[in-house]
Amino acid sequence: MAVSLKLRAALLSALLLAVFVGAWQLATRPVAAAAGPALTPEQIEYQKMLGKDPGAASASTSSGFPTPAQFAATAAGHLARPFYDNGPNDKGIGLQLAYSLGRVGLGFGLAVLVAVPLGFLIGMSPLVHRALDPFIQVLKPISPLAWMPLALYTIKDSSVSGIFVIFICSVWPMLINTAFGVSGVRREWLNVARTLEVKPQRLAFEVILPAAAPTILTGMRISMGIAWLVIVAAEMLVGGTGIGYFVWNEWNNLSLTNVMFAITVIGLVGMGLDQLFARAQKAVTYAE
Amino acid sequence: MPNEFLRIEALAKTYPGAGEAVFDGVDFEMRRGEFVCIVGHSGCGKTTILNVLAGLEQASAGHVFMDGREVAGPSLDRGVVFQGHALMPWLSVRRNVAFAVRSRWPAWSAKQVDAHVEQFVRLVGLDHAIDKKPQALSGGMMQRVGIARAFAIQPKMLLLDEPFGALDALTRGTIQDELLRICAQTHQTVFMITHDVDEAILLADRILLMSNGPRARVAEIVVNTMPRDRQRATLHHDPAYYRIRNHLVDFLVSRSKDLSHGRAPAKPVEVSP
Repeated sequence: MAVSLKLRAALLSALLLAVFVGAWQLATRPVAAAAGPALTPEQIEYQKMLGKDPGAASASTSSGFPTPAQFAATAAGHLARPFYDNGPNDKGIGLQLAYSLGRVGLGFGLAVLVAVPLGFLIGMSPLVHRALDPFIQVLKPISPLAWMPLALYTIKDSSVSGIFVIFICSVWPMLINTAFGVSGVRREWLNVARTLEVKPQRLAFEVILPAAAPTILTGMRISMGIAWLVIVAAEMLVGGTGIGYFVWNEWNNLSLTNVMFAITVIGLVGMGLDQLFARAQKAVTYAE
Repeated sequence: MPNEFLRIEALAKTYPGAGEAVFDGVDFEMRRGEFVCIVGHSGCGKTTILNVLAGLEQASAGHVFMDGREVAGPSLDRGVVFQGHALMPWLSVRRNVAFAVRSRWPAWSAKQVDAHVEQFVRLVGLDHAIDKKPQALSGGMMQRVGIARAFAIQPKMLLLDEPFGALDALTRGTIQDELLRICAQTHQTVFMITHDVDEAILLADRILLMSNGPRARVAEIVVNTMPRDRQRATLHHDPAYYRIRNHLVDFLVSRSKDLSHGRAPAKPVEVSP
């Protein structure tokens, strides 16, 4: 087998992309206007008075859905100037992304600060585990966006509310995974530490944390995935800035090319974030 | 007993919900620098006794005194080699041993720790693999790291829970030789669980024979009458070897089960076959 699996997979991916773009191009090609009833001279005159050009309109009509070429032109435009700021409704895509990533980073960071220590506690103490379990079970399935009205009312700041929503959605997977990882640390490693009279703090950081790290990072990766899903929806709701707001704003502008470009960017950034955590996960994983 | 170092008095363990004790009235002493093996069928509570000595488990009754002090919990004075090697897989050999060394001497500099670690890793002949992770090592090598880790804290006593059980016969032989050599060098007091009669004869100065559970006891103490510089290669040429071996096997095969349920004598008899 001369060609490696990786190369063949890449070729197949490229082929699929080409087929997709081809289908897209075909679906959005301009179609000849249906030969409607010929307009009377009066009607043509009337149309011209309304500012329309019936002659041009009858030549061809586009489907309204952007073509690949239009998409590429828009994308190139955005990528050429990612950080411009022309006021609240016209900011570069890079700037909007930075707002979203900032919110996700803050909310996620806060969630780490809460979930990892609390998860440690739950994992170490069966009492705390049983006491907190009902709360976790009830709070976990709540859609993060359902918190939005409460957050807006109590926090009174749309941007901070967004951060809160990210916090609340990323806290659960991390909390549960940390608790699971900590409670699953092999008995014999703990016994080794006990026979060596290891102090609690050293036990936590040098035995339990590295032993549970792969599970904790899995939780973080899941949390980050959810956070990135939720930020778009949250920003659509609260508006102002961010990639979610950008999508909603461009929908109001009926600029589907911009919406499509934003969707693509959301996907790519989400993939990047996931890759980041996959790397970190690999770095802390150990073989037994 | 002259030069007594460890004394176990009327030790018993009953697990909650069980009617009868696993063992009760376990009584024996150990001298400083002595190598003692405990042999018995599965389920007689050998590992529990070792865990009580280590301070990892509480006995239901009885006392353990080491060096005149009662054993109340785990201590750096007693190094343990676990049945599974119990190495931390995310640390290299060097850092696994260093973890123990830093626990023993928290004030030491990194350089001191490292020098000490290297000395003990060399002792078990693993200097070439010192920066490898445990998963890159064979079972025998991992167990040697476990031994190095236990020796490195220079405990007053070493507890070995069937450390070679999972190893093949050849590897086991080499590590037994190594253990003998290190113990001779360091005059370490060792308490070891084993299932292997030959291993006990090679390593131990005295062999504790446990009757079967429930209510198991140390029924008999067999003194190894062979010279202490015995070698694995020449062991079986000594006529004393077969006398001791036959005695141990006879006990395990036919007598141990008759001595369950507390029928073993309250104080073990010492025999020199």
